Amino acid sequence: MKIVVCIKQVPDTKGGVQFNPDGTLNRAAMLTIMNPDDKAGLEAALRLKDEYGAEVTVLTMGLPKASDVLREAMAMGADKGILVTDRVLGGADTWATSQTIAGALRNIDYDLIITGRQAIDGDTAQVGPQISEHLGIPVISYAQAIKIEGDSVVVERQYDDRYHVVKAQMPCLITALAELNEPRYMTPGGIFEAVDAEITTWGRADLKDVDDSNLGLKGSPTKIARASDKVRKGAGQKVTLDAEEAAQYITDRLLEKHII
Amino acid sequence: MNLEEYKGVFVFAQQVDNQNSGIALELLGEAKRLAEPLKTEVTAVLIGSDVKGLCDELAAYGADKIIVVDDPELKEYRTEPYTHALSSVINEFKPEIVLVGATAIGRDLGPKVSARVATGLTADCTLLEIGDFPIVAKPGQEQKHNQLLMTRPAFGGNTIATIACPNTRPQMATVRPGVMQKLDPIKDAKAEIIEYNPGFTPNNNYVEILEVVKAVNDTVDIMDAKILVSGGRGVGSPENFKILEELAEAIGGEVSCSRAVVDAGWKPKDLQVGQTGKTVRPQVYFAIGISGAIQHVAGMEESDLIIAINKDESAPIFDVADYGIVGDLNKVVPKLTELVKANKKAL
Repeated sequence: MKIVVCIKQVPDTKGGVQFNPDGTLNRAAMLTIMNPDDKAGLEAALRLKDEYGAEVTVLTMGLPKASDVLREAMAMGADKGILVTDRVLGGADTWATSQTIAGALRNIDYDLIITGRQAIDGDTAQVGPQISEHLGIPVISYAQAIKIEGDSVVVERQYDDRYHVVKAQMPCLITALAELNEPRYMTPGGIFEAVDAEITTWGRADLKDVDDSNLGLKGSPTKIARASDKVRKGAGQKVTLDAEEAAQYITDRLLEKHII
Repeated sequence: MNLEEYKGVFVFAQQVDNQNSGIALELLGEAKRLAEPLKTEVTAVLIGSDVKGLCDELAAYGADKIIVVDDPELKEYRTEPYTHALSSVINEFKPEIVLVGATAIGRDLGPKVSARVATGLTADCTLLEIGDFPIVAKPGQEQKHNQLLMTRPAFGGNTIATIACPNTRPQMATVRPGVMQKLDPIKDAKAEIIEYNPGFTPNNNYVEILEVVKAVNDTVDIMDAKILVSGGRGVGSPENFKILEELAEAIGGEVSCSRAVVDAGWKPKDLQVGQTGKTVRPQVYFAIGISGAIQHVAGMEESDLIIAINKDESAPIFDVADYGIVGDLNKVVPKLTELVKANKKAL
């Protein structure tokens, strides 16, 4: 079985958010990480490899330094890494990104493609389903459990108040939730090997069956009209009181506002 | 693509188990507001099996027209037949705007449909307006009028961006549940009903549903609660949520929670507030033992009044709280419950 996991290098917004003195986001001070949903997708692929035997390829699109997350993935147990990087691909929205990744995937044999549900920088959850559309294969989003039955996958697909147990024939694309599993750590041996592991680098010319009009900033149907750092309302009153006084303090505020 | 051919604001009227989802009614309210400056109509697209009975409610909440795609293949939500249904409606009726709820269904359907009809899609919008693109005229670039300007948070809620889709149609957005306002329903309002079936031929992309497992709890929707008593990891244990439940009962609210609580298995997912849970804006939001990670704050900061109780005085939740108590929730919460009860009795 051949599995491709699409991963993204993202700024670590979780816990490590840094602000400038004026309250704006200090991106330069933030570390980059493998996107959490993608990491869960990678772990799911590695577990399928452990259980059924599989070749796991990780693929990312980004700046040259995005090869770091490929090496991290290989240190966790992925077999191959592919970096798609080219100036002309920059500024892509989800349409152009999914076109790019689909163009890269057309060069590879796969039974299963796994992406994270969404990346913590954009939070769109669009690229996985859009890749499946460009490749003409079924998609199962929001996977909370995955197993293989013959030439099919059986997936628990999460909804707000329920889940569906869904069966799809491979090849197929699955988007993974961070809740899917607890990703493993890199192994010392894995790290050692990943440092020197060969990473395949592809540019625009390596993408198959994609028109220039669908790539990069120019090929993006959505355009940014305005962007700004969010202005938050300021903090209110903060008090340190013993329990009795604190309860009275809250009660008084609730009474003032006619809530009780 | 002749953009002028595309007219009207369409709403994907999500239904589950043959009941209109709240988001469908919220989107109709928003569509009505957008349709006004465009001098156009609001059309609900109702997709399912045996769903015609839902039309009256959609009409009451603002649909001028309803396109019904009714087919046995559409009984449960599945990506492919629903994508085929909505894409076919778009290709046939050519709307200028399509709104879809940013639910676990809409965030799957939206990207598939936008890719199939080859247009842009803006995710998880919290504000929609009709305006110019570019917003400020630039020399050498045509300024287009009557564009849909879609505003959404990004970077875990740290930044906001406004997006336009000036060169392709329809302009598509998924919209966060709980953000847009429903209209007051007009009883006996009538909409023009158009039945449309593009034909459904199962292929490899039609996945098979082996089982539907519904969550076994009958809790109310936290998005409808006027008061939320929300607990985080600081509550300490699932058993200790009892003190929050008692406060909620005394004050007439509901219990919700942070992601950490769901991840620990203490509470079900449908009680989760935040970026990957629900967006709420109650009159009062109690954040109890919640540190206030940016992803949580993104889901509750629009609450009218935020009261935080946390023993860590540097917890970021205090940055958004109207009233912050630095203290032990195990002592403060039961006392507060007592006082609330006493004051309610006194009235």
